[in-house]
Amino acid sequence: MTDSPAKTETPPPPVGGAISDFGIDTTSQSTREAIGNYFARLRGGELGSLPALLGLAALVIAFTALSDNFLTLNNTANLIAQGAGKMIIAMGLVYVLLLGEIDLSAGTLSGVCAAVMAMHYVRDGNLLGGMGSTVFYVFVLGMVVAAGLAILMRIWAGAVLSLIAVAIAMLGVPPNAWIEMLLAVCVGAAIGCITGFMVSKIGMPSFVVTLALFITWQGVILQFIGEGGVFGIRTSPILFNVANGSLSLFGSWLLCLIAAGGYAAVVLGEHFRRLRKGLVTRPTPIVLFKVGAVAAIAILATWALTINRSPNPNLVTIQGVPYVVPIILALLVVGTYVLNRTRYGRHIYAVGGNAEAARRAGINVSKIRASVFVVSASAAAIGAIVYSSKAGSVDPQAGGLNTLLFAVGAAVIGGTSLFGGRGKVAHAVIGGLVLAVVENGLGLLRQPAAVVNIVTGLVLLLAATVDALSRRRAAAALR
Amino acid sequence: MTEPLLELIGINKSFGPVHVLHDVNLTVRAGEVTALVGDNGAGKSTLIKCVAGIHPTDSGEVRFRGEPVHIHSPKDAADLGIEVVYQDLALADNLDVVQNMFLGRERGSGWLMDEFSMERAARETLASLSVRTVKSVRTPVSALSGGQRQTVAIAKAVLWDSKVVLLDEPTAALGVAQTRQVLDLVRRLAEQGLGVVLISHNMADVFEVADRICTLYLGRLVADLPAKETTHSQVVELITAGRSGELGLARPEHVTL
Repeated sequence: MTDSPAKTETPPPPVGGAISDFGIDTTSQSTREAIGNYFARLRGGELGSLPALLGLAALVIAFTALSDNFLTLNNTANLIAQGAGKMIIAMGLVYVLLLGEIDLSAGTLSGVCAAVMAMHYVRDGNLLGGMGSTVFYVFVLGMVVAAGLAILMRIWAGAVLSLIAVAIAMLGVPPNAWIEMLLAVCVGAAIGCITGFMVSKIGMPSFVVTLALFITWQGVILQFIGEGGVFGIRTSPILFNVANGSLSLFGSWLLCLIAAGGYAAVVLGEHFRRLRKGLVTRPTPIVLFKVGAVAAIAILATWALTINRSPNPNLVTIQGVPYVVPIILALLVVGTYVLNRTRYGRHIYAVGGNAEAARRAGINVSKIRASVFVVSASAAAIGAIVYSSKAGSVDPQAGGLNTLLFAVGAAVIGGTSLFGGRGKVAHAVIGGLVLAVVENGLGLLRQPAAVVNIVTGLVLLLAATVDALSRRRAAAALR
Repeated sequence: MTEPLLELIGINKSFGPVHVLHDVNLTVRAGEVTALVGDNGAGKSTLIKCVAGIHPTDSGEVRFRGEPVHIHSPKDAADLGIEVVYQDLALADNLDVVQNMFLGRERGSGWLMDEFSMERAARETLASLSVRTVKSVRTPVSALSGGQRQTVAIAKAVLWDSKVVLLDEPTAALGVAQTRQVLDLVRRLAEQGLGVVLISHNMADVFEVADRICTLYLGRLVADLPAKETTHSQVVELITAGRSGELGLARPEHVTL
């Protein structure tokens, strides 16, 4: 793209060069000013995930004071693994919430994925025998239809994944943990194509579509597993280790190096590139401090998790970073990258902020709207792999009960708006941690489910209140 | 007078039985602000939308730099360098100024956008229009005032190497100071050699910035007059009655006799 003649023909703008007009853009801030600005923004109501982080800190302090077992290494690692499944579902939901839509079926559809995955393992890859022929052919037909709809909507990734699911089901591939996990994700993506088609092409409200599908998938899980049945996956070392195993000591430090080093490389790289191109950026000391802080936290956490955390250190050794940590980090990085750096992500924000503006800008709004359901359903399938692995089995309640509501709660507690346009994948992680801490901490205090539910609900309510109040404050600051 | 940039010749447009535009001829010249005035329902917005490729025309010819062109979609219009700033702005509140200006036409590859070059280009475009009110191009649009938003919307249209900018009531919702900013900006667009079409209900605005005033009356273009040789009351008569003295539609008696 070339600069328009409009620009070249202009008489040189007033003293100071072409870009002297943008006060904030051209004067670099001192560290003190930057910190001052941050607090000014906070006062103005732009809180971001600060309330969730403060709440998380408060909860951790409170539970540490109340229970000796809370802030132990073993419990911390366990807590992350417990919350990981819902956290991952929440990460996918952020995409849907960004458009101001909702996917109520994410929980039970994750259960369907878990059931298919576990059935493939339990039945030695014979889905036909596991489901019975009628159900099997309906299942395969459903996947084919999903692939067709994806092709119709030109969501190629969804079409490919749906067809892989068909292939795995029809070929009767022998059981293999990796194939089974792939199958779960493919089934998830296929279901997402169907949801997305109904919402964006037929034009039904997502609330209604996904409410109906929520109930449907619950029935499907029951059909797959059978009343009172259960599929044990504890005997598959790989499937079981996803949420219960840990990296080796070498692997743990390698992860630390990659995570901290990668963060530093990306942040510093962008910082110095901006400086070189004469664009304004945050003061270098602040950037260096952030990079240093992240590296310090990574090293500290890795060091702590590589200590033997077994309750009986003499009998068994449990050490290393749990596998769920790299899984969550990888999804966080990929999800954030897609939203912030790719054109697709930019268009998601645009459609969520002003769908009409996006349409006039030439963005294919209905495709974007459909695609987020594919993303959310695929993420839900990954969440299903993690929570099934944690439980070691899949029963007809998988993904049911509160799974979905907790996942939506996690995203909202983290700071994602239900009205669309505002949110980050990191919000799901922070909110998921808050809910995991509440659940785990109250469990350690031997509180009954009644109290856990009441407290969780109140935390969510508090988060929504903070969001509404800060929004009002931000709106008032404009006037 | 300069070469016509955009010419509409004998444009007709009906919505079902309603004949909205009758043989409309309109000429837009580079470096001129052409005001398009008319009462509600006179067909101003329909005409704009026909040029922008949102509505197909029933008959008539569109010429761009003397060449006949066919505009079937907003993209065709954009490819020719015709940009429209709609009444309701079409900005996404949650995105910042740069992101809005490049929306749908981001630079860089689909997998990695070139933020640096977009930020610089946005800033240069705003600077070239002497926009001083926006402190930072990384401000989210939700934090801008109405005038600033209009400025961004107009700058967005200019960014695309555009030749003709159509503005649909850019000052309708603005206060006095903000209207001032936007009118200055409209004038600068013309000074930079663009063809500008301004739809407005506000006669003061029209007389301030327009070089020529075209009046639509019930779907007919009744007058195309130089602003300097036209009076306020003449334009008001043309808008309300379709004629003023010898200007505008022929008197009925001339027709009947």
